[in-house]
Amino acid sequence: MTATAPDTLADGIAGSEASLRKFLHGLPGVDQVGADQRAAMLATRSIKTTAKEWALDLAIRMVDLTTLEGQDTPGKIRALAAKAKRPDPDDPTCPSVAALCVYPHLVPVAAAELKGSGVHLASVATGFPSGQVPLDVKIADTKAAVTAGADEIDMVIDRGAFLSGRYLEVQEQIQAVKQAAGAAHLKVILETGELATYDNVRRASWLAMLAGADVIKTSTGKVQPAATLPVTLIMLEAVRDFRDQTGRQIGVKTAGGIRAAKDAIRYLVLAKETAGEDWLDPDWFRFGASTLLNDLLMQRAKMRTGRYSGPDYFTLD
Amino acid sequence: MAFEYAPAPESASIVDIRASYGLFINGEFVDSADGSPFKTVNPASEQVLAEIAEAGPTDVDRAVAAARAAYQKTWGPMPGAERAKYLYRIARIIQERSRELAVLESIDNGKPIRESRDVDLPLVAAHFFYYAGWADKLEYAGLGPQPRPLGVAAQVIPWNFPLLMLAWKIAPALACGNTVVLKPAETTPLSALAFAEICQQADLPPGVVNIVTGAGATGQALVEHQDVDKVAFTGSTDVGRAIARSVAGSRKKVTLELGGKAANVVFDDAALDQAVEGIVNGIFFNQGHVCCAGSRLLVQESGYDELLAKLKRRMSLLRVGDPLDKNTDIGAINSSAQLERIRTLSQIGESEGAARWTAPCPLPERGYWFAPTLFTGVSQAHRIAREEIFGPVLSVLTFRTPAEAVEKANNTPYGLSAGVWTEKGSRILWMADRLRAGVIWANTFNKFDPTSPFGGYKESGYGREGGRHGLEAYLA
Amino acid sequence: MPDAGGRLAVRKTYKLYVGGAFPRSESGRSYEVTDAKGRFLANAALASRKDVRDAVVAARKAFPGWAGRTAYNRGQILYRIAEMLEGRRDQFVSEISAAEGLSARKAEPYVDAAIDRWVWYAGWADKIAQVHGNANPVAGPFFNLSSPEPTGVVGIVAPQKGPLLGLVSVLAPAIVTGNTAVVLASEQHPLPAITLAEVLATSDLPGGVVNVLTGRPAETAPWLASHMDVNAIDLAGVDNPALAADLERAAAENLKRVIRPAPTPDWRADPGAGRLTAFLETKTVWHPKGA
Repeated sequence: MTATAPDTLADGIAGSEASLRKFLHGLPGVDQVGADQRAAMLATRSIKTTAKEWALDLAIRMVDLTTLEGQDTPGKIRALAAKAKRPDPDDPTCPSVAALCVYPHLVPVAAAELKGSGVHLASVATGFPSGQVPLDVKIADTKAAVTAGADEIDMVIDRGAFLSGRYLEVQEQIQAVKQAAGAAHLKVILETGELATYDNVRRASWLAMLAGADVIKTSTGKVQPAATLPVTLIMLEAVRDFRDQTGRQIGVKTAGGIRAAKDAIRYLVLAKETAGEDWLDPDWFRFGASTLLNDLLMQRAKMRTGRYSGPDYFTLD
Repeated sequence: MAFEYAPAPESASIVDIRASYGLFINGEFVDSADGSPFKTVNPASEQVLAEIAEAGPTDVDRAVAAARAAYQKTWGPMPGAERAKYLYRIARIIQERSRELAVLESIDNGKPIRESRDVDLPLVAAHFFYYAGWADKLEYAGLGPQPRPLGVAAQVIPWNFPLLMLAWKIAPALACGNTVVLKPAETTPLSALAFAEICQQADLPPGVVNIVTGAGATGQALVEHQDVDKVAFTGSTDVGRAIARSVAGSRKKVTLELGGKAANVVFDDAALDQAVEGIVNGIFFNQGHVCCAGSRLLVQESGYDELLAKLKRRMSLLRVGDPLDKNTDIGAINSSAQLERIRTLSQIGESEGAARWTAPCPLPERGYWFAPTLFTGVSQAHRIAREEIFGPVLSVLTFRTPAEAVEKANNTPYGLSAGVWTEKGSRILWMADRLRAGVIWANTFNKFDPTSPFGGYKESGYGREGGRHGLEAYLA
Repeated sequence: MPDAGGRLAVRKTYKLYVGGAFPRSESGRSYEVTDAKGRFLANAALASRKDVRDAVVAARKAFPGWAGRTAYNRGQILYRIAEMLEGRRDQFVSEISAAEGLSARKAEPYVDAAIDRWVWYAGWADKIAQVHGNANPVAGPFFNLSSPEPTGVVGIVAPQKGPLLGLVSVLAPAIVTGNTAVVLASEQHPLPAITLAEVLATSDLPGGVVNVLTGRPAETAPWLASHMDVNAIDLAGVDNPALAADLERAAAENLKRVIRPAPTPDWRADPGAGRLTAFLETKTVWHPKGA
């Protein structure tokens, strides 16, 4: 397969609504039952001993530790930032997480806490979680977050526009936010639970990649179903095929509802056996989660001590 | 650093394999009267697992007599509702002991535990449950107003799905009121002998199920026995032919489930990633030891390059090795003889000019192994496109139009199964109408269910197993 | 023999029926057919193995088209056969009387039953799939449907007794489902079979769907039974058990579906669906259900 530069590919197909639609609808279909069964089969992989230790540490390093509640306060953010830097205060060998993910107006608090820690600071933007605000508000939202210190932006796409077939509009919004985000890493949330079909997930993945996403992300966590193995499988196939065609690697973030270490490991297996080992890195695969982290820590303790731990031994933040 | 899966072996200690096994006749294990014992080996380690009695003509005679007596005295006259309860009981015990049986199957056969655990055993139990429910409803099956059992069924099964093939044979036979004498394959007798114990645990009346172990001669003595009313065989077309000859002029009713060389037809508009999974599942499931394996891949030329690239990448992920490791995708080839046949045909494929590609995967040193292999540049005239290899070897051919795909797919003496991959609905139905095969998997492959009839056209045999149609083989 | 009015009758030459045409045997041979009292009736063609070969080629060629007709259309054509047969009722009554030495009154019920049998089987054309096929409730997200399909080319050794009703009783169930047939007619009473072929030829039945050979089944049946492009064989008319076993053995070479001869068939009894299903294959189609 010959590689085409992403810009060239995008220029070729993204010039008009018609050519964009033609491209997206020309992507191979996804058979839902087949995709579900592939994901279910990979979920039977049995990860034990040394492989499990390795996977748990990697999963911790891939966590975007997230709080996106109306109740969030600076105090909450400070506590979570401490946890992000040192997830297990009793164990200095425990790695820190990938990033802390918060609402835009709490970015300044988080930025102060994370400074110099190496933990990235992600902010949701663009009228999270519905995305139902005017474009200029989305851009302002993004700029505010970046200015306040976020180096990663988690934007939502306009699902209404996507579902009504206004692909060009979705693409232009992503491009505009990308420009507003500047050097910050752009994660594009597809909200797959609202896209309804795997065909739509594949098309939205490609649309986001063509528009300049650095990472494609499953969900806001505010809509059910959130992340699922089959949806993540489709997105991993998309980033794999996109790199084959363009040479550019895009990351994947799976978010919402992943609470158990066992589930996190299943996602790692999925990434390894779908996109490949290159994605098994915090730069290319992330978990958007809050409670997952403690379960990862508990399983890690179990591997280290040989006995099962309990929730009392890990901090609730 | 790469994500290397650590070994995750299923514990073999769950099964208790005895040093030697007798024949199961009239409800008990007995010594052979006139056979010489043989050994069954673990194909993954080449270690002897147990010594097995060989049933000679006298033993076969005893077994048929026990089946006849049980047919006349207990099983034949028993109300269907009572037969049903025995079958339900057997189904439950299979579920209770399913992990043990799965491990035993993987040890004796070489198939990966993931498959014996997730495919074989659930289907075995489901098959008994399904036919249990028919036992007292036979007059509603649409096969005539007064369906009657045939009598004593002689059943000979292959080594590729030992317990599942046993279930396909025994469940409908018993549900219909027949009694059986079953011969498992000589390389995989252990799960059938474990099933004999299950019959004991279920208090199945003596003689209803008899298991005689042995090789071809035992099978021949069984199917040619004068007091047998029904012969059911699953295995090679050559042996099926010999059986069809041997029953000529007799009253015996026969069903044969024989070989195949299925075409798996992929159009350029297919759901590509699922098609790749279907191709892989079609030929590498159970090491390719599957009569309905999709061993001839027919790819539309306009989608060839993209599909082949994806297929090779996917094949490179296949994990070959210890059948008891839960992460193994492809286990051991069942016997050295079968391994030799696969090697020979693969060499012929090369010498006939097809291009061979083998997935880069390490193979264990001991045991019988064959890496997933595909041949490109194959034409209809190649032997690897015509003969059943019964191993993890895929022949890739191309076509240009739907009509050409049908023509090539049907250009074989076999007709067991076929696959079609396209996102165009009307084309699926057009293809399904024209493919001459007993099972058509459209946008899927190698799916089995007790309710779904299975069996072939042409030299793939006759009769159906499974579903309502499967009752017909055991009723007059 | 001269007619009552002293006019010399124009006799019919009885030939074979292959691919919709009426050829002589390629061997050029014929044999004498006599009535029940041993009097000469006609010379029938004595088919050879090469006629069997040609008939199988014709049947194979006709198979896709006939199997591909709608069931409704096949039913219509079988009903048309009944109509044509009804129109020739008197001719068959006299042929059967002559062949089997029956009075016309005793022959009539057999002809009537043969006509009615075409009607009975005609009605099956678009019902057998509903009775013999069904949806299967598999434990997964799949559509799963089993449907009957014709087996292919069927060889038929027609009953030696009952030259019309016996023949119709084995031929109609084979073809109504879409199979094509090569029939070896009753050796002793071949004439009604050839007259039936004339009916078939004028009933919109495509050429090659039914091919009728007259002659000695002991000579031709082994070629039919061993033919690798024949998918099934009905041995109804093989009275010799040793020959029947030989033919079944020969049929095993390509796993033909075989109907063994019944000891004492009663062609006037309710035929049931057994002869329909014997030459049907069950095809099961799976497809995932997903959005």
